[in-house]
Amino acid sequence: MTTMSDVPLTKDVEGDAAPLAEDLVVLDGVNKHFGALHVLQDINLTIKRGEVVVVIGPSGSGKSTLCRAINRLETIDGGTITIDDEPLPAEGRGLARLRADVGMVFQSFNLFAHKTVLQNVMLGPIKVRKQEKAKVEERARQLLDRVGVGNQADKYPAQLSGGQQQRVAIARALAMEPKVMLFDEPTSALDPEMINEVLEAMKQLAREGMTMVVVTHEMGFARSAANRVVFMADGRIVEEAEPQQFFDNPKSDRAKDFLSKILHH
Amino acid sequence: MFDFLDLQRYDLFGAFWVTAQLAVFSAIGSLILGTILAGMRVSPVPLMRVFGTGYVNIVRNTPLTVIILFTSLGLFQTLGIAMGGDTFTETNFRLAVLGLTAYTAAFVCEALRSGINTVPVGQAEAARALGLSFTQVLRLVVLPQAFRSVVAPLANVLIALTKNTTVAAAIGVAEAALLMKTMIENEAQVFLIGGIFALGFILLTLPTGLLLGWVSKRVAVKR
Ligand SMILES: Nc1ncnc2c1ncn2[C@@H]1O[C@H](COP(=O)(O)OP(=O)(O)O)[C@@H](O)[C@H]1O
Ligand SMILES: [Mg+2]
Repeated sequence: MTTMSDVPLTKDVEGDAAPLAEDLVVLDGVNKHFGALHVLQDINLTIKRGEVVVVIGPSGSGKSTLCRAINRLETIDGGTITIDDEPLPAEGRGLARLRADVGMVFQSFNLFAHKTVLQNVMLGPIKVRKQEKAKVEERARQLLDRVGVGNQADKYPAQLSGGQQQRVAIARALAMEPKVMLFDEPTSALDPEMINEVLEAMKQLAREGMTMVVVTHEMGFARSAANRVVFMADGRIVEEAEPQQFFDNPKSDRAKDFLSKILHH
Repeated sequence: MFDFLDLQRYDLFGAFWVTAQLAVFSAIGSLILGTILAGMRVSPVPLMRVFGTGYVNIVRNTPLTVIILFTSLGLFQTLGIAMGGDTFTETNFRLAVLGLTAYTAAFVCEALRSGINTVPVGQAEAARALGLSFTQVLRLVVLPQAFRSVVAPLANVLIALTKNTTVAAAIGVAEAALLMKTMIENEAQVFLIGGIFALGFILLTLPTGLLLGWVSKRVAVKR
């Protein structure tokens, strides 16, 4: 990283607060169809506070849909998803509040094209959290410094490289002080030389204790930062294991087949 | 040759001033109403979508003259809605603005909706993911980008509006076309009079087009 400061990215856990639930995100029997296609089939997945879970699997296996279901960008047909013991609200204010607690980073960055980098990062805290502008700006600049794009604050997204845009997107999500961060193939749209700068920012976040769900095929990241790998195929969770075990010793044939494909080309 | 142009007798500038006022008030009204309608047409609430679609399809396909006459004959003379006007002149002017607004809003809505379609879905998704409400997503992220991409089509709508103000003559609003009719009835130089009024309209619409063309390039969103 170009700049490192000691701005904490995650909320301090207050000592006198009620004990926090161990399980932060819980998916229980989640099912989802797109017409006849059964994209999510009986998904049971529990993500503990502070845990980093990498989701891996062939294209079309439902990884994006899983991520999007967690902050309800996609509705589900059956089962339940709870975040911090609260079930996902169906619509309206409650849903918006929940989404504010769940940070999301997209493959295609999706920075607001008509706003500067700084405005992108400030929008959520001001409009959703109703925080004071001066404080938000100070924090936004710290976050941008932190991911190494502080000197780009007044540019528009289109003026930045993909790697820079994705780091801004991470800063934008962090500005909301989320409980959990979802990454959907955050480096797949990047030129190879930019992948590491984004992965570094994510690794640092993981070290600081952020709860993360990361859809990625970056094995290096999975090995060094993940607590657990979840392997999906055809809408199901086929295998769950620690990274070392999963990559060195996959149990299912699907996983073996998949790993041989991503390793040998 | 220009003796017909008796500015004591024919208040040319006054008439064009009324035309300009009709255009400006109706432009503001239709931009607001058109934006609300566009919001309805993309809303997740089915009833709102139905209303927005119904409004646009009915109003867009009704002749403006019918709408303007309806404001006077229907709203004012039958229902007694005078729009707070104290005199006939005031009432008719306001009714004309109402009719022009209602009519033009349908076209603003459709221009804006085509602009909304140019905004990538990822923009709205990122905004929703931050926890913004539907109206915030629309107001802060989607519409600002949509407006930027439809400045040129909106300029066409506003130019059409400026010319459409002549229909207000049908309910006796003393705008340019009404004066032209009077002058042509009283004077011989039909072509000259026609030319002068055409020039007047060009003077109103051309700068609008040029200005908005320039704005369109300035505000275009780079992706
Ligand atoms: N909005 C949608 N409508 C219909 N089918 C969809 C939609 N989104 C995804 N799908 C389908 O669902 C399946 C899973 O998609 P996705 O979750 O994006 O997979 P992954 O991220 O693992 O590649 C794919 O077959 C995809 O074509
Ligand atoms: Mg995907």
